[in-house]
Amino acid sequence: MSEHHEHHLMSFKTHINVFVALIVLTVVTVLLSSKFGLVDFGKAGLLVALLIATAKAAIVMGWFMHLKYDGMMNRVIFLSSFFFLVLFIFFCLLDILTRINPRL
Amino acid sequence: MGAAGENYINCAKGLKSWLITLDHKRIAILYVISVLTFFFVGGIAALGIRLELFSPGPDVMNADTYNQFMTFHGAIMVFMVIIPGIPAIFGNFFLPIMIGAKDVAFPRLNLLSWYLLMFGAIVSISSLLFNGVDTGWTFYTPYSIKGSAGVINMTLGAFIMGMSSVLTGLNFIVTIHKLRCPGMTMKNIPLFVWALYSTAIIQVLATPVLGITLLLLVAERVMGIGIFDPALGGDPVLYQHFFWFYSHPAVYIMILPAMGVISELITTYSKKTIFGYTAIAYSSLAIAAVSFFVWGHHMFVSGQSEVAGIVFSFLTMLVGVPTAIKTFNWVATMYKGSVTLKSSMLFAMGFIFVFTIGGVTGIMLATAGMDVHFHDTYFVVAHFHYVMVGGTLFALMGAIYHWYPKMYGYMYNELLAKLSFVFIFIGFNVTFFPQFILGANGMPRRYFDYIPEYTELNRISTMGSWLIAIGFVIGLVTIIQGFIRKEKAPANPWGSKTLEWTIQSPPTHHNFESTPSVSGGPYEYR
Amino acid sequence: MSTVKTHKHAFHFDSADHEYESSKQGVWLFMVTEVLMFGALLMGYMIFKVTMPETARAGAEYLSWQFGAFNTVVLLFSSLTMALGIYYIRLDKRKAAQISLGLTLLCGLIFMCVKYIEYTSKISHGLLPGAMFTNANETVNLPLYFSFYYCLTGLHGLHVLIGMGLIAWIMIRIGKGHYGSNHWTGVEGVGIFWHLVDLVWIYLFPLLYLVE
Repeated sequence: MSEHHEHHLMSFKTHINVFVALIVLTVVTVLLSSKFGLVDFGKAGLLVALLIATAKAAIVMGWFMHLKYDGMMNRVIFLSSFFFLVLFIFFCLLDILTRINPRL
Repeated sequence: MGAAGENYINCAKGLKSWLITLDHKRIAILYVISVLTFFFVGGIAALGIRLELFSPGPDVMNADTYNQFMTFHGAIMVFMVIIPGIPAIFGNFFLPIMIGAKDVAFPRLNLLSWYLLMFGAIVSISSLLFNGVDTGWTFYTPYSIKGSAGVINMTLGAFIMGMSSVLTGLNFIVTIHKLRCPGMTMKNIPLFVWALYSTAIIQVLATPVLGITLLLLVAERVMGIGIFDPALGGDPVLYQHFFWFYSHPAVYIMILPAMGVISELITTYSKKTIFGYTAIAYSSLAIAAVSFFVWGHHMFVSGQSEVAGIVFSFLTMLVGVPTAIKTFNWVATMYKGSVTLKSSMLFAMGFIFVFTIGGVTGIMLATAGMDVHFHDTYFVVAHFHYVMVGGTLFALMGAIYHWYPKMYGYMYNELLAKLSFVFIFIGFNVTFFPQFILGANGMPRRYFDYIPEYTELNRISTMGSWLIAIGFVIGLVTIIQGFIRKEKAPANPWGSKTLEWTIQSPPTHHNFESTPSVSGGPYEYR
Repeated sequence: MSTVKTHKHAFHFDSADHEYESSKQGVWLFMVTEVLMFGALLMGYMIFKVTMPETARAGAEYLSWQFGAFNTVVLLFSSLTMALGIYYIRLDKRKAAQISLGLTLLCGLIFMCVKYIEYTSKISHGLLPGAMFTNANETVNLPLYFSFYYCLTGLHGLHVLIGMGLIAWIMIRIGKGHYGSNHWTGVEGVGIFWHLVDLVWIYLFPLLYLVE
């Protein structure tokens, strides 16, 4: 890292916009949940909730945690943790689901 | 920079200057002292185990004591000796020097790692106050829930030592990414550094899962939360998933640094450029990556589903590929090299011999069908000792001799060192080869007793353990005799090419007079 | 206003920027370990949810989504003030930075108070983890739900407390003039940690309080 580069400074307004986006998504996730029964996703409810949560997580990581403006290496490092987590979940579920239902 | 003859050892005096040091070389020495002490304790436990198994029935201890010896031998050797061993000692000392840096990225964190290791070790060993622990080092539920309360201390200690391991790994990764000297590209770093890099990745990614596992186990003990307890709807097999997600990659935390050491030794004592630098470097990363999809092979008979068993069995075989790549490259490096049989080289060649046996029997165990027969027998014990002792400890001994002149500034007696190799190598094979036969004949592991038919092979095995002990004592004598004899070491006694041999022995506080700059690979012999 | 100290980088780094980039990478690597630790526990919970959906549903009945939603907003707001704290310190507005961080600290406190109310009401109904469960509800394995609930929220709460400690420490250091537009490594590191705590809650809230 010999070359000197300016560190990006996010504007005040962007901060506020990011916060508003997060609040809106929180409201959406509550409204879509079975607590209100506006939409019935059935078993897909878990998936929908996880998708919205991931969208929120991505916003926090990108702007608040500054990953959008950070170097490639830090992005790879942080995102790799999710990759290995998925790996862990995948193999555990592979075992447990086929144990409960061997025909799967 | 300082007066002539000044080095990192004599630049500051007093116990305090060692206990608060931030110098990576001094911290490495702290690790030398502590790891060798733990090794001594774990070794005594091992000799006790073998002595008890000299003949059937209770001889020198009862079954409970035996179980504690077995647990302490496993836990000490795994968490306090071979996991910190090579990375914390030789990684700390040589990683910064090999890449032309003045220190690791976070010196304070580095010292904290050592204190955490010590603290964790004390907490673990304090479990002796509560009737010891008799679960084996894996702390499988439900043993660990029902048995002695010492499990709480032991697992908390392992958790703390895990934090130490994470911080070391984190430190190394940043050091390798950020502190390489001019010209030291990732294609020019020594293979030992590549190995440490791969190890550090595993340490950072896998150890947190062990952390949460052990915390849940403690919660299970203290509050009965039931996540792993079938009586409350929990799943004991889930504990094994959690545990092995860390502990399988952890065996590569143990072996990868050893492989890095072997790469250094083979090329130095063959006076020949390493064959297949890129292949060896990337195979380290490949082993680190593959290590995360194979943990289920520890669970073939513990109620895991058949589908998972088949998948894990297949994936486990993949580990053989990068491992074989390394082995072939080492042998190819020696081919037509001018091999000098120094003690370190003997350990390196011994490593290749025993590690191959350990690796091939590993493939046998990875085959799910065969594992049903071999599982939890002495075959498994023999296998992992061939890999862990024959692999990691041989490399550790080779590394101790190889870097001794650089670390302490003295030469040692080559003949004594070779003698220690002879005893350790022969003793090792005498101890563990019979265990393959015992296991194949069905002797289960972890029991303190056996049927009389197994007596002869067990006797041979126990006698072998005495040979190993003599070998290590000779090794210790070699080290101490070197300090007493005080024969000054030159900067580069072995004609090695990596950066640590370009500076004085022992190095100065800041390693280099001025920041070095390199223009080529690390092993340009011929 | 006290004087601003000029930051001198450690001897083994080439420059202050070099030190900053290295430290930040260290923080990111540490965050990896946090993600895996929380993630593994969350995975245990997901498996529970998939294998015993009835029990999970029965357990979630006892949780008040209003409390959860309120705490979500509190934490999101604290993330905003944390980010603004870094923003102000980089503009050398140290008073504003301290106020922002103070608000973050306050949010952490509110979060923990709400958590306390939730915990005490559950404990008073005997809704305790595992073997300590004494509630009359006889849904099969219901105590296991509360084991996960307390482990997940407890570990998260512990991180909130640690984060609050770190923020307090950073505020003191700002007061002493350690940080400014040329050196803000510590503030940013603590910020990343605090956002991670928020990140974990973003997943915990729907998975514990909302989904059936």
